[in-house]
Amino acid sequence: MDFNLTDERQMLQDSLRRYLADKYTTKVRNEILESETGMSGAIWTGLADLGVIGALFTEAQGGFGGAGFDITTVFEELGRAGVVEPMLDSAILGGRLIAALGDDAQQALLGDVIGGTLHLAFAHGEPTSRYDLSRVQATAVQNGDDIVLNGRKAVVANAEAAGYLIVSARESGAADDVDGISLFLVPADSAGLTLRGYPLFAGGRAAEVSFDDLHLPSSTRLGAAGAAYPAIAAAVAAANVALAAEALGAMETATELTRSYLMTRQQFGRPIGTFQALQHRYSDMLIELEQARSAVINAAGHLERDAQQRDLQIAAARNLIGRSARLVAEESIQMHGGIAMTQEYELAHIAKRIVMTDHRFGDTDYHLERFIALSAA
Amino acid sequence: MDLSYSPEELAFRDEVRSFLRDELPKELSDKVRSGAELGKADIERWHAILNARGWFAQNWPKEFGGAAWNAVQRHIFEEEAAMADAPRIVPFGLSMLAPVLQKFGSKAQQDHYLPRILNGDDWWCQGYSEPGAGSDLASLKTRAVREGDHYIVNGQKTWTTLGQHANMIFCLVRTDPDVKQQAGISFLLIDMDTPGIEVRPIILLDGTPEVNEVFFKDVKVPVENLVGEENKGWTYAKYLLTHERTNIAGVGFSRAGLDTLKRIARIEMSGGRPLIENPHFAARLAKVEIDLMAMATTNLRIISQAAGGAAPGVESSMLKVKGTIIRQEINDLTRRAVGPYAMPFPSETLEGNNDPVGPDYAGPQSAQYFNNRKLSIFGGSNEIQRGIIAKVKMGG
Repeated sequence: MDFNLTDERQMLQDSLRRYLADKYTTKVRNEILESETGMSGAIWTGLADLGVIGALFTEAQGGFGGAGFDITTVFEELGRAGVVEPMLDSAILGGRLIAALGDDAQQALLGDVIGGTLHLAFAHGEPTSRYDLSRVQATAVQNGDDIVLNGRKAVVANAEAAGYLIVSARESGAADDVDGISLFLVPADSAGLTLRGYPLFAGGRAAEVSFDDLHLPSSTRLGAAGAAYPAIAAAVAAANVALAAEALGAMETATELTRSYLMTRQQFGRPIGTFQALQHRYSDMLIELEQARSAVINAAGHLERDAQQRDLQIAAARNLIGRSARLVAEESIQMHGGIAMTQEYELAHIAKRIVMTDHRFGDTDYHLERFIALSAA
Repeated sequence: MDLSYSPEELAFRDEVRSFLRDELPKELSDKVRSGAELGKADIERWHAILNARGWFAQNWPKEFGGAAWNAVQRHIFEEEAAMADAPRIVPFGLSMLAPVLQKFGSKAQQDHYLPRILNGDDWWCQGYSEPGAGSDLASLKTRAVREGDHYIVNGQKTWTTLGQHANMIFCLVRTDPDVKQQAGISFLLIDMDTPGIEVRPIILLDGTPEVNEVFFKDVKVPVENLVGEENKGWTYAKYLLTHERTNIAGVGFSRAGLDTLKRIARIEMSGGRPLIENPHFAARLAKVEIDLMAMATTNLRIISQAAGGAAPGVESSMLKVKGTIIRQEINDLTRRAVGPYAMPFPSETLEGNNDPVGPDYAGPQSAQYFNNRKLSIFGGSNEIQRGIIAKVKMGG
């Protein structure tokens, strides 16, 4: 039993933490939030140069990591600093789907992803699919050598920056069948592809995406026809580990900002942290934080296991963190008072990142139901 | 024990309902329902409609042109108005300053300011909190020094709600720094156009410019703008706070919020069924509804005592704590209910000039969830309220 990071991961954590503390200040981040693209190209390049993207891929894929604990090491740091750049979309979701299903030509794109010159987006969720991964109503129809896509995708993160959208569409089966779903690598400049972009509440951008008789060569299909679901589930599992670790990192920052505020804010002639009522609540936040840390470790440690074990641990982690993160976000704001309600204060952004995590790939209740179903299986 | 309204109260409720049905402009209720931001003109329009009916100054005595409603009548109106998606009445001049002027103000102040509040000639904001004086309000430092027939005011106020619309501000200022904190505070009325005043917006975490900082640099205020006696301001402020705490439970807001939540949960689908049929969601919804049903009766119990002349005690602190927890829980459930469509930032939809992203009800839900974190912070935080309850019940 060893709960320490390996030397390589410790170095990655140290260098990423230093880089973000130095380059990703509140001021820089607030400028990024206000910007047209919702991200910084310089920061993205910096992260790539630092090897942060490469750490999320295996050696065979051109990286030097790719395991669950590599993901958590990176995303905990991104969460601590409130990073809004689309690591989840380009590297975890996009990268893993190509790595899992792509042929040699498609795999060659991973080099550009790891190098920081290519962005990806996973266009999967639809306006009424909520968090159901197998509910795909967009259609792909074979027409001679071509595939014709029709449908709509909802809240597609990073869609505007992506060179390729990885689009799920149904080639057979009913609306929520696991079988019959295919993935296609759709170039961003394809005719028949329409994006309506907008900023996200917690930073970054997304788009409503529609396909109207979008013609593609069959060679853009990732993997076999109708058989993409297991790869989607695996990529989303990795994304859930990343989201859990990101929330954990954000919770660390929220608790640290709260500790510091409680010790310095004077009311009634003394620091408010001397009031026992607040001390106890701060202690509860720390207890929840350590619960969250263990849940992340459980999930990351099972990412490479079979789907049932993997998904059970991930559902557990996302449910636990959904609860503990909400407590930490809300209690941090409450104990700060008005200052935490202001946009320019660090905690406001961190709290938004924490709460919005609950809207990607399933909220607290969704993961509770997943856990119940998987436990019974 | 009788849980029903009397025939007179029921008749009054019908009168309120038909008024809201006939007089509340659809443009305004649509904005409120969709969570869109109300502009100054929207709010002034609603105030004027109420005033034309004589229902704007609900809690003022008749001698000042008020409706002199009792607590039950005010409660009925607040609840019906919230359920009809009427704009909230902005309380600063009407129900916070006016009662202070009526009790402690000079005849000249009453004659000048009260009709102007009724007619919407003045928009008042509240100058209480300071960067260093939040929960500990009595530690405020904004200084007013008497020079001849003026006070010279220097300092800073913050969290000034809707100060960007205001032409007048009522302030707590320090006039004697050498005595116990509470004994050196005065209550001043200040014209926002006076040289030396600067208003800077504070953007809140949901992106809205709802509150402001107000800076005072050598601001000259005529001595006739002092309310009551010098250094008695704390007494007046405490009196004002008891008025701020009417409708503190926000039962009407919670009922309206619960209606919206149920409407959304019937439309949103989860696992192929309406979200409202999802057992986990339904259980959360039921719990908050059960809490609200009990709190509504607690609220009526206290209102009924108040209508009988009893002064509200710790019960108003209890209602503030429970009422804000319930409203915040409803906001949380509504944010969850809209699923992934809680993520888009609704800046465009809030301004009402773009098609919404996703269903029209989704846009404002995250913003409202975050904005309403303020409910347990302002007007005496829930921690301060709990302190009051313990202090009253346990002494000390």
